[in-house]
Formats: sequence, C-alpha cells, structure tokens
Amino acid sequence: MSENTQQSSQENNQSMTNYLAPRVREIQPSGIRRFFDLASGSKDIITLGVGEPDFITPWHVREACVYSLERGYTSYTSNAGTPELREAIGEYLYNSFDVKYNPKDEILVTVGGSEAIDLALRALIEPGDEILIPVPCYISYSPIVAIGGGVPIEIETNAQDSFKLKADQLLDKITPKSKVLILNYPNNPTGGIMTYEDWLPIAKLVEENDLIVISDEIYSELTYGQKHVSFASLPGMKDRTILVNGFSKAFAMTGWRMGYACGHPELIYAMLKIHQYTVMCAPVMGQVAALEALKNGLEEKNHMVESYNQRRRLVVQGLRDIGLSCHEPEGAFYAFPSIQSTGLTSDEFAQRLLMEAKVAAVPGNVFGAGGEGFLRCSYATSVSQLSEALNRMGQFIHKLKQG
Amino acid sequence: MKQLSELKLKVLDLLKEDARRDPSLLATLLGVTSEEVTEAINELEEDRVIVKYATVINSSKLDDEKVTALIEVQITPERGRGFEAIAERIYLFPQVMSVYLMSGAYDLLVEVEGRNLKEVASFVSDKLSPLESVLSTKTHFILKKYKQDGIIFEDPEEDRRLLISP
Repeated sequence: MSENTQQSSQENNQSMTNYLAPRVREIQPSGIRRFFDLASGSKDIITLGVGEPDFITPWHVREACVYSLERGYTSYTSNAGTPELREAIGEYLYNSFDVKYNPKDEILVTVGGSEAIDLALRALIEPGDEILIPVPCYISYSPIVAIGGGVPIEIETNAQDSFKLKADQLLDKITPKSKVLILNYPNNPTGGIMTYEDWLPIAKLVEENDLIVISDEIYSELTYGQKHVSFASLPGMKDRTILVNGFSKAFAMTGWRMGYACGHPELIYAMLKIHQYTVMCAPVMGQVAALEALKNGLEEKNHMVESYNQRRRLVVQGLRDIGLSCHEPEGAFYAFPSIQSTGLTSDEFAQRLLMEAKVAAVPGNVFGAGGEGFLRCSYATSVSQLSEALNRMGQFIHKLKQG
Repeated sequence: MKQLSELKLKVLDLLKEDARRDPSLLATLLGVTSEEVTEAINELEEDRVIVKYATVINSSKLDDEKVTALIEVQITPERGRGFEAIAERIYLFPQVMSVYLMSGAYDLLVEVEGRNLKEVASFVSDKLSPLESVLSTKTHFILKKYKQDGIIFEDPEEDRRLLISP
C-alpha cells in the first residue's frame, strides 16, 4: 500500500468511526483473536489452542450431504428447520437428557449454537436489563449481551469449587434488573460440570427471582464419569429455559454451523421471527448432514468421547507432573491449569510459552474474571502431539524456575 | 475362546494405533496402573492374541520396491485333513506372506512377495502350480497399495484448524 492510500484509508477509518453505533464501537476484539494473530506468525507450533475437535466429520455424515447435493437438495427449508431434523433432535434430547420438546413449535434449527444464543438474547433483552454470566466462560456471551443493549454481570467461579456455580455467588449478583442467566456447562474453558445436586439450589434461585435461563449445552456429550444434566430437565425449569445445543462438538461438525434452540413455544416463536428476517433458515446441506449424524452417528460419537477421555487423563497428569496445579476437568475438552506458581500473568505465560517453547495455548484472562492466572489447554489433538507439547511445557517451566 | 476383559480390549485398540506406546503411557490414557497394563499385555502375548509387533511399511517410498501378487488357488481337498495340509505346504514357503481359506470361486488366497516380477512368476510356476492338489492358479499383481492393515498410505492431510479458536 502506498503512503498516500494508507493515509487516505486512515482518514476514512477516522471519519467512519463516527457513524458506528457506540455500543458496537466500544466492543473490544476478543483476546483470542489477539492471541491468534500472535500465534499465526510463528512456525513449528504445537497447538493446544483450538476449541474444536481434531476429528473430521464422520464420513457417512459427509457422504449423506454429498448424496443430497447430487439429488439436487439445494432449496430453502422451512424457517424452523426441516420437520425430520426437528423430530430427530426432539427424540435425541429425550433419549439422552430426558427433556421432551415438541418438534412442531418448541425446536428451532439455527446456524450454529452461536446464532441460537444471539436470537435468545435479542428476543429477551430490553436496554438496561442485567444478564448474569458465570465466568470464566465462552468469550461471546458478554459482547452479544452488550450489542443487544443489555448489561453483562459476571459471576466469578473459582478453581477450589471446580468452577461450579454456587447459589450464594449467584444470589450476590441478583438485582431487580436481573433478567437472564446464561449457563455454559460443561464449561469452556474450565471443563467444569454441574451435577443434579449442584443445580437444585440454582434452580430454586432462578424460580424465586423470576429469571430466564439460556443454557448453552454444546459440550453436553463430552463428560467423563458423570452424565450431563440438562438444566431444562430440572423440576419446573423447562419453561424457564432456552436450551441451546448443536452438532459442532459431539459430531465434529464445527464448520457446518449447525445448532438448535429449544424452549417454550412463545420464546421459540419470538426467536423464529428474528431468525426468519435475518438468515431465513439454516443451510439445507447442513441440515441433511445433521440428520444423518443423529440417526447413525452415535456410535462414532462414543468412540470420540472415549478418545478425548484418554487424552484428558494424559494432559491432566502431564500438567500436574510438570508442577502446574490443575483441577479435574470433568467435561468439554479443556484442561485449565493454574500458572500462578510461575509468578507470570496469563498473557505473559502464554506469550513466552508460544515464543520460547512453540506451544500455543490460550491465556485464561480472555475468558473473563477469574481466568487470570490460568491457561486453557485444549486436548482435542493427537496423543503424540500432546506428549510433545507437555514435554516442551515441562522444559519451559524448568527454565522459568531456574530464572 | 475366552472373553477378553475391557482393559485388554482397550489396550489392544491403543496398540493397534501405535505399537510403540509404552505401558506407562497406556496406563495414563486408560486411568489404570502401569502394572495392570503390563500384566494385560503379558497375558495377551502369552495367549497369542498379540502375535507380533510389526511395522507397516509403504514400500513405494523405497528404492528397492518389492512386487506383491495375490494368487487365487483352486485345490482338491485332502481326505481327512481338508485344506489344512496343503495350506501348510504353501504357507511354509518364505515368499508367502499370507494365506486365507476363502469362500467362493477359489479356495485359497495366497499373498506372495518377491524382488521382481520374474521371481514371483517362477515361484508360481516352479513351486505352487506343481503341487499335486493344486488344480489351478490365477495371479494378480498389485499395482499400487492405497491402504493396508487399516492404514492409508497417502501422506496424512495437515490439520486445517486454526492455531487458536474459541
């Protein structure tokens, strides 16, 4: 770019900024994005930084999509998704998590779980509403709330409690303006899960304070030891909950962008209105693939879960062996070790680990309060890569200790 | 045949992926002790469930590429011993890599490896065909191996995922 054009593009940028809506202008790019830019310049990196499966979508799922294209399935579907897919989702949720939804008006197929969360928030938020978000958590919730004019209120969870949400922590943050509670268990980035007993006092508070819950259960299939308990399955909670789930993590289908939301017909109808005016419907090829995944993909899913569980043991053990304390992650595919013993901040640790040891992991502070002093290590990568990454991290920490 | 324990089945799965994994790694992956893994492996070896730890070689990457042929063999079974005796005669030849009793149009499928075409051809004409109970042979040379023992020979595709993602 010549100096002149650079100058004029800068001028443009400056002048265009004034047109932006302040709530959008004020949003910061995600810390993940910043770290991604840093990592992509380096070579020979082993990455523990990816939030997606290392498996490729099972062949039979891809093949079903290819075959449907050959037969010319390329048109719009009904706004809420094909009836076959909604029915299969209903059946799957009932069989797996004991929650019953009517495919006709309680299930909406979306473009990834992300769209479902956005729709739910846009349908619910009035300017000034307070949206409660346990943190550390997936990076998108607070910005989407802010874009919608709501006020994100973070509830800090901690490693001593295995990053579970405690009723007193929630109660502390509830005000008359509180409207929605966003839950994300199994949790990205901590790997924390909630049991039935953990949920009961939370459900009580939700009821007493008349909250609506958006429960992002995208990692519901990835639990190790305890079966996932859907918030919607708790007594009295179904009508108060918008359950969000999708195909990305369970069936290794991140790039297909297939998700869904389930809830009370009036809530789903409100979300459907926004959905139909923005994206019309989820892509038909994705819906075909998702249906095949639900119909014939459960065995492969089980195999993937078993494999994650093995790597989970390897990583947690490995991190502890090199001197990092790490709570037992019981879900998702992340370990969230503390790096406080090194005296470095999360950012410093992650940057030096990247530059000096060629291992990419995500600094915990990007996931909100309580994440500082931690590092997100994804174990969705091969055993040999994980072993090598742990090896490099061990040497790095040894070097740090020697000063 | 005895039922294998769940641990043994999992050990087999992991070793099938990579036979060089040591017991301590397997123990960590499976959440058991190294001793339990070692004991399981010892028993699997003793019972000849694990027969050998082999290396799968993509010989097309080597200069001294070998020639492999699959030979369909039709046979007159022997009274009392069926196909066993002739199968044994055949599998004892060092050129023979594998022998399978098949259903269908022929009886034995014999995999033969040689340094070149001529060597395989002379094995078939000099050793295999003259055997008394062999009625006919049909030799198919392998032109290219795409996949063997569940392993795809093409260079693995690189990880297309971003280095960092949410």
